[in-house]
Amino acid sequence: MWNSFVAESYKLVRRPATWLLLAIAVVLALLFTYVIPYAGYAGGTGGPRADLGLAALLPAKLVGNSIGGLPVFLGALMVILGVLTVGGEYGWGTWKTVLTQGPSRLSVFGGKLAALALATLGGVVVLFAVGAAASAIVAAVENAPADWPSILDLAAGIGAGWLIAFMWAAFGGALAVLLRGVALPIGLGLVWLLAVQNLLALLAAPLLDWVAQLQKGLPGPNAGSLAAALGSASDTPGVQGLVGGGQAALVLSGYLVGFCALAAAALRRRDIL
Amino acid sequence: MEPVVCENLTKRYGSVVAVQDLDLTVRAGEVYGFLGPNGAGKTTTLRMLLGLIRPTAGEVLVNGLPPGAGLAGVGALIEGPAFYPYLSGRDNLRVFARYGGTAAARVDLVLDLVDLAGRGGDKYATYSLGMKQRLGVAAALLKDPRLLILDEPTNGLDPAGMADMRSLIRRLGAAGCTVLLSSHLLGEVEQICDRVGIISRGRLVTESTVADLRGTAGLRVVASPLEEAAQLARALVGAASVSVDGPALDLSVAPDRAAEINAKLVTAGVAVSEIRPHERDLEEVFFQMTSDEEGSSHVEQLRG
Repeated sequence: MWNSFVAESYKLVRRPATWLLLAIAVVLALLFTYVIPYAGYAGGTGGPRADLGLAALLPAKLVGNSIGGLPVFLGALMVILGVLTVGGEYGWGTWKTVLTQGPSRLSVFGGKLAALALATLGGVVVLFAVGAAASAIVAAVENAPADWPSILDLAAGIGAGWLIAFMWAAFGGALAVLLRGVALPIGLGLVWLLAVQNLLALLAAPLLDWVAQLQKGLPGPNAGSLAAALGSASDTPGVQGLVGGGQAALVLSGYLVGFCALAAAALRRRDIL
Repeated sequence: MEPVVCENLTKRYGSVVAVQDLDLTVRAGEVYGFLGPNGAGKTTTLRMLLGLIRPTAGEVLVNGLPPGAGLAGVGALIEGPAFYPYLSGRDNLRVFARYGGTAAARVDLVLDLVDLAGRGGDKYATYSLGMKQRLGVAAALLKDPRLLILDEPTNGLDPAGMADMRSLIRRLGAAGCTVLLSSHLLGEVEQICDRVGIISRGRLVTESTVADLRGTAGLRVVASPLEEAAQLARALVGAASVSVDGPALDLSVAPDRAAEINAKLVTAGVAVSEIRPHERDLEEVFFQMTSDEEGSSHVEQLRG
């Protein structure tokens, strides 16, 4: 599996789409977490986060600010990353070229998962780094205190962010294997993440109690709950403390393992056409 | 141990039978031509050999192991080349060498073998169809295989490229590499292969050497009047050895009887305009083997 991991990592690093997704993630995170709220604060305008004011932009909130986007909009980018990493082999017909070199299907898939784990960890670390830089700048400009989170809090935040990001990437990878392609898995993944989850949370759950209960077992609400437990603002889309942080981490781990196992079983069983 | 052994190999997709009860053996060191029209089941068979698709029934052994498990010394190009468009040809090969645990030093060697060394740094997306095909063969050669499985390797190549590819396959065969070559081009198989298996509608119709398939050489005689020539020929060599094929006679006799037959015909007043040794080509053989089930439409495809 080591050879597959190295090959997959090389492909990920050399693929322009990987860097484009990272760039979009960084721009979105900076824009909606720091730039726009700071512009609102500096201009004295009201808004969803106006009551939090400057405090929401300072280093003390780094953990919550850095992982707050992962339950929905940054999660969508992770789904795309997962689909591209796994589904590209179907789109380009390269499974046959890979497998005729000798590796087993499971070792190649294991290599893909390991590369995705590393890529999502790298992405989360970058989000923390740019968040740290942005909050430090805000603190310096406003002469506000720069109280950084402890190393333990940072580690927990990065770990939680990685769990959410990797879970969404594995979701994308599983969709790619099940649907054997790229376009449809991305489309359906985004529909689930951006539309269905919101409809369930905003329309169905308030009306139907069983939907409200069902939400506690779904990946999106658990990702939002984990982010909320670590300090993400509750007015961020998808962030809502429906369950405790520990339970959310457990459920997300279950989904991560489940998506990986489902995809591995399908890939192993099916013909490569 | 034979590099490839299939017994009663069958693949069904629902009610469609792609390959049925196929017995096929490729011997060590030979260049084996797997011949058949488009859709006959060639690629499906090769995919089963490589473990890409699972047989519905039957057994496959590659280097004595089940499909997928015995690929250590096997290189393959199946149904056209497939690579990552954002990487160069060389980087693509580096990636595939890594998957197979092959030394990176092989990359430049195989690029040189397929005459792509000068373009190895260019992005795969910019390659012509022929260059892509050659890169596919290069990937198949990465592991310095003892068994090479090539599915229509000359597709997309210009005439010079096709000649180069055939030359490369012949060199590999001469160097002891076993080659299983699938093709729908009769001329290609005839030029390169030691033995041929003909597949039609998923069934192996025949398996033999090219020479045996062609049969014993005979004589082809163009003469006038033809009917009188035929009567004289029947008297000379026996009625069973004479057949009329359009404006000519095909005689199933040793070619060294040409002078004797020519003299008899001329002496009897028959004008002989041509008399020469005649071998059946694979096209005729294929037509004969498959005409009962499929007619001549496949022969038109096979002429390529």
